[in-house]
Amino acid sequence: MAKLKKLEDYRDEIERCVKCGACRAHCPAFDAERREGRVARGKIALASSILEGEVGLEPKVLEDLSQCLLCGSCCAGCPNKVHTEDIVAAARRQIAKERGLSTFGKGVATVLGRPKLMNLLAKSGGSLSSLLFKKLPKDSGLHLRFPAPYLEKGRTLPPITAKPFRERVPEVIPGDSQQPTVLFFTGCGINYMYPAVGEAFLKALKFLGVTVIIPKDQACCGLPAVSAGATKTIESLADQNLAAINRHNFEYIVTACASCNSGLGNIYAEMGDEFEEMSAKVMDIFVFLVKHGLAEKLEALPKAEQRIKVTYHDPCHLRNQGITKEPRQILKALPQVEFVEMPDAGTCCGLGGTYSVYHYEHTKRIAARKAGNVASSGADLVATDCPGCIMQLQDGINHAEGTQRALHILELLAEALPE
Amino acid sequence: MIDKKIIDELVQVLGKDNVLTSKAERICYSYDATQQSFLPEVVLQPGSAEEIALIMKLANRERIPVFPRGAGSGFTGGSLPTKGGIVLCTEQMDQILEIDEENLVATVEPGVVTERFQKAVEKVGLFYPPDPASLKFSTLGGNVAECAGGPRCVKYGVTKDFIIGLEVVTPTGDIITTGGPTMKGVVGYDLTKLLCGSEGTLGIITRIVIKLLPLPQAKKTMLVLFDSIDGAAQAVSAITRNKIIPTTLEFMDGRTIECVRQATDLDLPETAQAVLIIEVDGDREFLDKQVNSIAEIIKPLGVVETRIATTPEESEALWQIRRSVSASLRKVNPDKFNEDICVPRSKVPEMIRKVDAIADKYQIPIVNFGHAGDGNIHVNIMVNRKVSGDIMKAEGAIKAVFKAALELGGTMSGEHGVGIAKAPYIPLEITPAAAEYMKAIKKALDPNNILNPGKIFLDSPEN
Repeated sequence: MAKLKKLEDYRDEIERCVKCGACRAHCPAFDAERREGRVARGKIALASSILEGEVGLEPKVLEDLSQCLLCGSCCAGCPNKVHTEDIVAAARRQIAKERGLSTFGKGVATVLGRPKLMNLLAKSGGSLSSLLFKKLPKDSGLHLRFPAPYLEKGRTLPPITAKPFRERVPEVIPGDSQQPTVLFFTGCGINYMYPAVGEAFLKALKFLGVTVIIPKDQACCGLPAVSAGATKTIESLADQNLAAINRHNFEYIVTACASCNSGLGNIYAEMGDEFEEMSAKVMDIFVFLVKHGLAEKLEALPKAEQRIKVTYHDPCHLRNQGITKEPRQILKALPQVEFVEMPDAGTCCGLGGTYSVYHYEHTKRIAARKAGNVASSGADLVATDCPGCIMQLQDGINHAEGTQRALHILELLAEALPE
Repeated sequence: MIDKKIIDELVQVLGKDNVLTSKAERICYSYDATQQSFLPEVVLQPGSAEEIALIMKLANRERIPVFPRGAGSGFTGGSLPTKGGIVLCTEQMDQILEIDEENLVATVEPGVVTERFQKAVEKVGLFYPPDPASLKFSTLGGNVAECAGGPRCVKYGVTKDFIIGLEVVTPTGDIITTGGPTMKGVVGYDLTKLLCGSEGTLGIITRIVIKLLPLPQAKKTMLVLFDSIDGAAQAVSAITRNKIIPTTLEFMDGRTIECVRQATDLDLPETAQAVLIIEVDGDREFLDKQVNSIAEIIKPLGVVETRIATTPEESEALWQIRRSVSASLRKVNPDKFNEDICVPRSKVPEMIRKVDAIADKYQIPIVNFGHAGDGNIHVNIMVNRKVSGDIMKAEGAIKAVFKAALELGGTMSGEHGVGIAKAPYIPLEITPAAAEYMKAIKKALDPNNILNPGKIFLDSPEN
């Protein structure tokens, strides 16, 4: 059975913080509101005070701990490499355990834990454009997935697909027997919002002759529940996914969503010995494609005369694992693309799981900065490797009244490949 | 004791959002980089000098101690609320008010983060050289109060050399200005210089007038590995003797190199016992010539290898060795006392030898690196707080290090200040008469001992 660590298990990690303040230079949430409780150093002081019984779970503590994107930027800039994102997630689980899940947390837990309900919700939303989405009646079940604070403050969302991706495709798509077999962990973003990314994924792997397994019974990776602190939901989703995955034989579990990649590869890995083998097989799609020689194949193609300017946004969950080169490598190799780097490509887009639900005003500030960076790069498109980031980047650009479009690198790749 | 009546009065002045009273909020302003912690009774976030003046008047009336704070990144406890009371955080006052390109002068509020200011002036081709290691997060107000230094100070000088005017709220709540935007000015005492490095004991800085330089066209970095610390130290003197002042002259001793070698896969040959990172800046065509003459000058001094960066990426790779020091040291021991003694630059090798002897005597690892160019050595005494006796050994070693620095004509602190961490050692460096002279100033300006009490000088028994 999957088992997550408790806050007290992070005592040593908490003690490694020397309060130097370096995190102040790297935290997007702190940048949006400069108060010490917003920054890693302050949150660690609070987590330590909770453990020592110096503060209870009073409103100010909950407020500060909710103000974290779990993006890991602080850890990247920390001289001691303290994983504040893990400490905050553990603190949120403790809060949820003692105080009960917040209203939003409950919504996430209910829906994510029940794929059938999620399918139903997706279907009922399929015919709605994002504009109509805003006008949904307050009692609509869709608010569970995208709860009220999202919609009331003018967030723009992609439409929810009528037919989820996994229902459109067979469970096994055979390829060349010389090539490896991969298991495609789609994640919710691709399944319910961006099925075209899933189609592009299949096209790319078909091009390489790779056999693809898409288990019908895979569930959400659980990352939104990590953000909400819903321990039981995460643990049961992990068990469910492990069972779904273990039914098959394959060499790699490939993801096209940075969050799923981190959920399966990192968070599950710490939940019990039975996850070790599975977690070790998790690989990002672009790492896989580069490893299997696609970059060279693309580079051999003649370059298009009119190329489109594209920049890249590093999803936190890939950047934290040091995966920054491969997505760029594929992007740069595309014949129709002229790659341009934008400033601060590696800073968080501002979605951060439940952060953007509770703190949409701050999210907008972070997103506005990102939109400014996209614009200053001169790119027409901002490509990335995570559906959550795509949604957030596009929302930020829309609010900034920009003309750029956010999309997955796979969509550009699919354009370049033969039918 | 701060009662509800006082809180209400503060809320009236500052607004509810800027008076933080919950325990959770107070915990977040109880510490700094010394890793000590004192819980304040209230945290205030004023937005103007006028608000600060009202706070100081109230604090005098009610006899509440006030502890000014910037980013809380100091190493000596200058911002710690050691007696509870009020933490007065100047972080909300964070506007760059003016960059005057005609007169090469800028005016800023104290909460501006140093790097943000540097980038802003560099955008218009100007230059603010002081570069403390904390520049990405420390504030200019804090930098002025502590007179921060940094690697580039070898050539350009420290924070106080760039501050030409201040607006300050006095400990009793008056607003005064010192100096101004002129390059010269001799009317009255030089209060600007007195306030720089006064560690928030003589006034709260609310506005800073800064002198700027033209931004150098380019810079060039070289890294030199020596077979002995003496070779490296002689190199420093030889470069200076030949009338070259590099922008930075950073060094790492043998123990530091050993730590980095063990913790990283950076290329550092076994024969290297000292490293110098030398950077020069100025006109592009001039730099190659300067780097080559430096290489010539130091050649006979036991050079193992010289690496010269030709691109910004290569320069970054050379600096990576210096930047990996802090994290590498943690592998020796989890905790450290980071002292920042300064000796005349010719005495650096002698100082290192003395520190090595102290490390042997106290049986405690000590690694040295820092700003060789101005004799400012970061002496890192590595301890494990959880091992009993480690702290006591460290305290013995620290005192011995201070004494050794003073014997060589040096000082206990080049850039970190005294705060509470070095206050007990003040009598080692400052004579009773000089201390009385300083205390008389403090007493005249702050008769009720309200502003940052107990810093620099320990409270005398009658307080």
